[in-house]
Amino acid sequence: MANITYIEAISKGLWEEMERDKSVFLIGEDIGPFGGAFKVTKGFIQHFGEDRVVDTVLAETAILGAATGAAVVGMRPVAEIQFADFVTTGFSQLVNNTASIHYRWHVPCPMVVRLPSGAGIHGGPFHSRNPEAWFFHQPGLKIVAPSTPYDAKGLIKAAIRDNNPVLYLEHKRLYRHIKGEVPETDYIVEIGKGDVKREGRDISVITYGSMVHMALEAAEILQNEIGLSIEVLDLRSLMPLDTELIYSSVRKTGKVLIAHEDNITGGIGGEISALINENCFQYLDAPIKRIGAIDTPTPYSPPLEEFFLPNTKKVVVALKELAAF
Amino acid sequence: MGKVETVKSLSKNSVKKEQYSLSSQEYLKLYYFMRLTREFEESILKLYRQGKIVGGAYTGNGNEATAVGSAFALEKQDYLFPMHRDMGAHLVKGQSLRHLMLQHLARGNSLSKGRDGTGHYADPRLRIYGNISHLAAMIPMAAGVALASKLRKEKVVALTYIGDGGSNVGDVHESLAMASVMKLPLILIIENNQFAYSTPVAKQKAMEKYSDRAMGYGIPGFTIDGTDIDQVYSTCKQAVERARRGEGPTLIESVTMRMHGHSAHDGAEYVPKTLLAEWKKKDPVHRIEKLLIEKKILTPTIKEEYEKKLFAELEDATQFAVGSPFPPGEEAAIGVYAD
Ligand SMILES: Cc1ncc(C[n+]2csc(CCOP(=O)(O)OP(=O)(O)O)c2C)c(N)n1
Ligand SMILES: [Mg+2]
Repeated sequence: MANITYIEAISKGLWEEMERDKSVFLIGEDIGPFGGAFKVTKGFIQHFGEDRVVDTVLAETAILGAATGAAVVGMRPVAEIQFADFVTTGFSQLVNNTASIHYRWHVPCPMVVRLPSGAGIHGGPFHSRNPEAWFFHQPGLKIVAPSTPYDAKGLIKAAIRDNNPVLYLEHKRLYRHIKGEVPETDYIVEIGKGDVKREGRDISVITYGSMVHMALEAAEILQNEIGLSIEVLDLRSLMPLDTELIYSSVRKTGKVLIAHEDNITGGIGGEISALINENCFQYLDAPIKRIGAIDTPTPYSPPLEEFFLPNTKKVVVALKELAAF
Repeated sequence: MGKVETVKSLSKNSVKKEQYSLSSQEYLKLYYFMRLTREFEESILKLYRQGKIVGGAYTGNGNEATAVGSAFALEKQDYLFPMHRDMGAHLVKGQSLRHLMLQHLARGNSLSKGRDGTGHYADPRLRIYGNISHLAAMIPMAAGVALASKLRKEKVVALTYIGDGGSNVGDVHESLAMASVMKLPLILIIENNQFAYSTPVAKQKAMEKYSDRAMGYGIPGFTIDGTDIDQVYSTCKQAVERARRGEGPTLIESVTMRMHGHSAHDGAEYVPKTLLAEWKKKDPVHRIEKLLIEKKILTPTIKEEYEKKLFAELEDATQFAVGSPFPPGEEAAIGVYAD
């Protein structure tokens, strides 16, 4: 075991997969000698060479389209989009072409798109996106969003080995703020499997990414303050969802808070709520609650961004309301 | 350092290069704006280092002649879509230092009301529409403004910019395809400053010059020395006049050097020191100063007077912005839709 940061875990996972499988290669902007805007691929080009770490022109459609093409003929590209926001510049490739390839051509498209996402770093409207909902609606894409170093490494490995296009959401604020124990031996975190990060009896918080940490903090606060027992379910995989784990948690607690950093309307929390409604209605003791960013673009100025984003305090308030219901 | 050619028309379809000269008064204005741009951005860096700027801070050090000279070719009624190296263009178009400072400090009384930073604001009064971060995304919009001008027979032009890296985004091609076919009054300046973040320009293009691309659209293309105020102004003026006559867009490659890191956090260790040293000799602010002294337009008295004025303006703007409040958090929720 090694105690490493979230970002180191991503790097290590990538590195090990590149060592393991020659068909894996990286493609993106400034990922070579510079090591990427966030330094995830620092040192890679020196070790793996230019044919495995491909620096491109500044053009996201070309990056995502080229990754798709290489994947179709049997390579396993991992594309880095410098900030998740800029995936929109290559959106058509992903949602029209990449996502439907297996359905139309019966040919696998094993590629990964790394998306440094999330707000809370004063990035303003164009460097703060949580892009999952755009892609969640598109059949054919898998989506994962790790919250811990262990999951980050296990999921990047699983994503690379998967025979489908996988969007890998890495939260920028977690990069250097979150540390954890990570095995040095080979392991994967299976895509489609959630994880109960804290067991509880009274309320289930269904969440992922950066909000997992806020949910855990809120759970601790409420345990100490009023003895409330909160279960924190980290989805880890957004597509496919671990519905069995969600339902078993709901059946146990009967009360649900869905928390994501993405804005509420049209966010994937709505879909989870509908699934619970359809499958666990008789177990519910309160209406399902959602918490997320407000429905605006991400503002830049600190007080605005603070108001915009969910945080531990807001999770505590929402949980207290649920508890009182 | 690649040798920078003098003004040269590259496209078969291009018009002859014309010469537009500047009066002494105009030279002095340009000098003032270039000095102001340089000093403003130095102040921004200082504020950044003091932790007073919460997000990124970008400068156009090395790009002052391009930003200032190009915007100077516009008239009041023309539209400006500046990029992140074009602070000088904001100033020439009439933006106040106070507003620019408020933007950088994310204050509630800034033009974007704190919702975005740096040059990311719109000032319809001055016809300035700041960029979004997605490179090249503003070019089709600028083409749309040019289209509106054409449809309303206003003879108003739109000027916008893109970097050597950003020039590879598909939006550039689509915009130029549309603008050339429709003969829209659009001017696109490709600021070839040798780097796109860490990527050297040799890894962004295989052709010799960015202006070679103009040929593919059947429009004039020029490559100019972007540190030379005369070349910048004259070429842009010619493009503006052509656009105003309804003859369509012009593509201008302005060759410069990004003398600072990509943004304030970037030490730019990947830029060879020798390259910086070479370009330092062509520092656009020093160049114009030398030129005006040679032409006997700039005297020590004028220089001193200008410096006094610009440092006073800067001091005022900094004090004003630092003393201005952040927006109240609740304001984040309003204004997504127009009434
Ligand atoms: C579509 C898009 N992709 C990636 C980025 C991230 N990014 C911001 S600036 C930059 C480099 C820009 O280089 P260039 O276009 O040459 O302009 P310069 O900064 O050198 O003036 C990159 C990659 C972006 N803003 N937009
Ligand atoms: Mg550049």
